Amino acid sequence: MGEPRRPLLAVYMGALFAFLYLPIAILVVLSFNDSKLATVWRGFSLRWYEELFRDTEVLLSIRTTLVIAIAATVLSIAFGTLLAFGIERYTRSPALENGVYLPLLIPDVVTGIGLLSFFATISLPLGTTTVIIAHSVWGTAFAAAIVRTRLRGFDRSIEEASLDLGVREVPTFLRITLPAISPGIIAAALVVFTLSIDEFIIAYFTAGQTVTFPIQVYSMIRFGVTPEINAVATLMLLFSMALIVGAYLIARPRGPRAARPGEETE
Amino acid sequence: MLAPALIWWAIFLALPMGLVLATAFFKGGAYGAIIYEPTLRNLGRALDPLYVGVLWHSVWLAALTTAICLLLGYPAAVYIATRASARTRTLLLVLVILPFWTNFLIRTYAWIVLLNREGVVNGALEGLGIVDEPLSLLYNDAAVVLGLVYGYLPLMILPLYAAIERINPEVLEAATDLGARPLRALRTVMLPLIIPGIVAGCVFVFVPSLGNIPVPELLGGGRSEMIGNLINRQFLTTRDWPFGSMLVLALMVILMALLVLQSFVLRRSRQVGIDG
Repeated sequence: MGEPRRPLLAVYMGALFAFLYLPIAILVVLSFNDSKLATVWRGFSLRWYEELFRDTEVLLSIRTTLVIAIAATVLSIAFGTLLAFGIERYTRSPALENGVYLPLLIPDVVTGIGLLSFFATISLPLGTTTVIIAHSVWGTAFAAAIVRTRLRGFDRSIEEASLDLGVREVPTFLRITLPAISPGIIAAALVVFTLSIDEFIIAYFTAGQTVTFPIQVYSMIRFGVTPEINAVATLMLLFSMALIVGAYLIARPRGPRAARPGEETE
Repeated sequence: MLAPALIWWAIFLALPMGLVLATAFFKGGAYGAIIYEPTLRNLGRALDPLYVGVLWHSVWLAALTTAICLLLGYPAAVYIATRASARTRTLLLVLVILPFWTNFLIRTYAWIVLLNREGVVNGALEGLGIVDEPLSLLYNDAAVVLGLVYGYLPLMILPLYAAIERINPEVLEAATDLGARPLRALRTVMLPLIIPGIVAGCVFVFVPSLGNIPVPELLGGGRSEMIGNLINRQFLTTRDWPFGSMLVLALMVILMALLVLQSFVLRRSRQVGIDG
């Protein structure tokens, strides 16, 4: 694996990124195409965006998805942070430590079907609430995993110093521990939020008549190829990029108070 | 502190799983009713060659997807971990993850736009005079595998990268200095060290591929059916929930077998690591 192979591998990387990005790039370009046909360029136009913003069904589904994502994120962060603390600080049970990741290993279709059966059995009507519950099931696992990583890198002697100086446990937690792990919590919130916005299969089984944004996109795709979806794709791409840049800016270590090396790498 | 999350999971994860397990052994009645009488009828039906065939087909497509992701992802992970400077490394990692954060359905839809009969690829081929008639590129196994690889490739690259990045390059240099040829150094030194990464990547890709619904639905168009489509139909169209539950159970059994295999491989690799 010496120097001579370097150009070959670099060319391969180029091809790989072309494979990953060309399909998306084509959607972005076509979203500005005046023609309905993918193979004909009839000039630049914003007509598909105009149609999209007039489509009340799409707008409603976006609203529904945002409500679900926010609620599921809040629940997941609350449960997940507590769980992360409990595991890191108060137990040493390997079964529990590994068990936390179990919800992430269950395929979405299984989780979705299980919850559908369960909600039907207890006669809970399907809708926004049931999707929120469903998303918080795996959201909690993600949140716990991410917050735990941050907790493990946290130097507890700072906490002990605060306690030794006579500050009580709750203020110590609020003023020392929470600020120190907050990048982890924010990162976890962004991950759960983004995944919830995107999640299709579980929502599909647990939403009943409620239409989330991915469900709306799915029925649009099944109905047929329409450039309106290209406009949706472009806007979603922009949105995800904004979220990622935001997450990076929040989670990155800053200035002299930055995390020590090693803390961020996990 | 553990209680809230564990109670939440007990109610909304363990109970539903138990319910599916139980429902699989009840009778399905008319109009989607469940008759609470124990029966093995669903198990017998699931063992029908028709359904075993779909199961086998799903496992095969998911395995193929995983293998292709490993082949495509490995060189990329090596490049990012060993050839790129710290700055470009972060950039490359973000570039690998970014498509993953765009909606999965939209990424699947992109392939419909590319591959359908009036799509971009056919348009280009006809424009260049390579073909006279548009090719049927969609609605076959290859399109399904392509869609799955495209969807889950980042999930393979990231754990591979994490495993390779942790290896001390001096270990490899030592191997080559001691006269090992590059391929041998790769096999005997590098491979045992990155097996945990390979196993993690394979599980991350295989699990969502096996249970996938939208890709076989949209790119397979009913001609390349997977277990997820079958389950979907039992629950939302045919409304035979007990039989659908049996199919979910079959999926879970396959995945549990996979997890046993995973822990076996990991234990073996650890032994190899200690012995040699």
